[in-house]
Amino acid sequence: MASESSASALSANEPSVNDSAANESSTNASADRMETLRAKIAAELPNVDFVLAYGRGFDPLHATPVTVRGEKDLDRLIFDPTCVQNLATSLYGLRGKRLGVVVKGCDSRSIVQLLQERLWERENLVIFGLPCEGVLDLAKLRATLDIASARAASFTGSPRDGLLRLTFNDDGGHDGERTREIETKGLLADKCLRCQHPNPLVFDHMIGPETLPQGAQDDYADLAALEKLSTQERFDFWKRQMGRCIRCYACRNACPLCVCKHVCLADSREPHWLSAEATLQEKWLFQVMHALHLAGRCTECGECQRSCPMGIPILLLKRMMNRELKELFNYQAGVSLEAIPPLHTFLMEEDRIKDRGLLW
Amino acid sequence: MPDMDRDYRIIGFLCNWCSYGGADAAGVARFNQPTELRIIRVPCSGRVDPMFVAKALLSGADGVLVSGCHPRDCHYTEGNLYARRRLELLRRFLPIIGVDEGRFEYVWVSASEGSRWRDMVTKFTEKIHQLGPMPRMAETARTLCALEGMLGVSSAQPDMWRPGEPGHDALLSMDEYKEVMDGE
Repeated sequence: MASESSASALSANEPSVNDSAANESSTNASADRMETLRAKIAAELPNVDFVLAYGRGFDPLHATPVTVRGEKDLDRLIFDPTCVQNLATSLYGLRGKRLGVVVKGCDSRSIVQLLQERLWERENLVIFGLPCEGVLDLAKLRATLDIASARAASFTGSPRDGLLRLTFNDDGGHDGERTREIETKGLLADKCLRCQHPNPLVFDHMIGPETLPQGAQDDYADLAALEKLSTQERFDFWKRQMGRCIRCYACRNACPLCVCKHVCLADSREPHWLSAEATLQEKWLFQVMHALHLAGRCTECGECQRSCPMGIPILLLKRMMNRELKELFNYQAGVSLEAIPPLHTFLMEEDRIKDRGLLW
Repeated sequence: MPDMDRDYRIIGFLCNWCSYGGADAAGVARFNQPTELRIIRVPCSGRVDPMFVAKALLSGADGVLVSGCHPRDCHYTEGNLYARRRLELLRRFLPIIGVDEGRFEYVWVSASEGSRWRDMVTKFTEKIHQLGPMPRMAETARTLCALEGMLGVSSAQPDMWRPGEPGHDALLSMDEYKEVMDGE
């Protein structure tokens, strides 16, 4: 089976035969890390119902969440730059259980936020933290390459300056090529390029050496283009982007902090916030609602944008909101368990809010 | 150019204890006031969900005014202090979604300040008249066609994405879109 062969080519504990000697040290390091992860999970298995982790998906470039319930599932574990999902998204629906979960640095912020809002009990969660140097944005790879024809993929070095080696199908291949090496640097998700928290902020077991953040500070440089537009132009920009929306609500379902999906106002008839009409107004109002309900909670994990089948830049909206929050309340969500969310508190004299009472 | 002939739709969310009383006082005193503000009485300015404002503006209101008790004077002690944070954030959020920040305002008016209420309403209404009608998210057949045509070159459809060719960047150029929209 194609998926099995690719999985074995990718799984870090069995380096593929093509790997050159020069890559051996990095391969060994990640093999060690996988061994540690397996050992730690195996040790915790008796204490939890199951562990949420990453396994190989339907092709060598896709990972999928797997539930580890026993020793036999441990062979399915992987961790590499294809592990893009935020596993914290599944947590809220599984409350009441005692779980283990594998998290990257960014995912751990979602967990911090869930714990801070008391949506999970810390004692019922065993967190396996994996320092992460970046994950792939498959859209970037897909732009230049037919990824469906890739039969195997292997990573060498750190995702920040390493290589992705793709092996293509025997028949046809990609422009007659059998293999291709691509620098992973240009394939990393945008959120990884400005990552401030590559190391999990909350964990029971830290697996592997801690890594350094990408930059000193997130300067919101990606928002500059939209900033320059006039209000009307920005209105038109969103109108055009939202025109593509098909109201599939993948953004909502992928959001780790959209914890009231089952009673979502978007589906409710009483109160009737949104109608079922497929008009721009309804689509846009949903995104505005999503942004407002995530004010002071969104950790910018980017799952909404990644899951959007129409490529709508939803994260842009969340990031613009977060920048205002930072300016106004000097607050960043999901970095501290003890922090008080800015909209759950107030100051009698707000130092950054102009007194509107003396406005006119 | 202020358009004084057109009728605008302005929604006011007024707290029961101060601002509603203030508006009433302005009426009892027979002050002349613009008539375009439709008042919705709420128990407290803390009751005003930012979504009330967003929904009103996106559903066709040209402006929204929220008014409550002065800070420290809230009937429920602290409702307006929570509201202040929420509404200030909303005020900064509106330009992000392409709504002019002048279309939304929150003010504090007490029950005895009838003349102050008159001034607030007059000034806010004037401001809305200057801004003109709220742009609509209307979809016409023409817009839909244009949007459909653009689907092909979005980053979601990478097979049709040819980097380097005009218009084939991840976020489309504004000029192309304007060309279509201006035709309406």
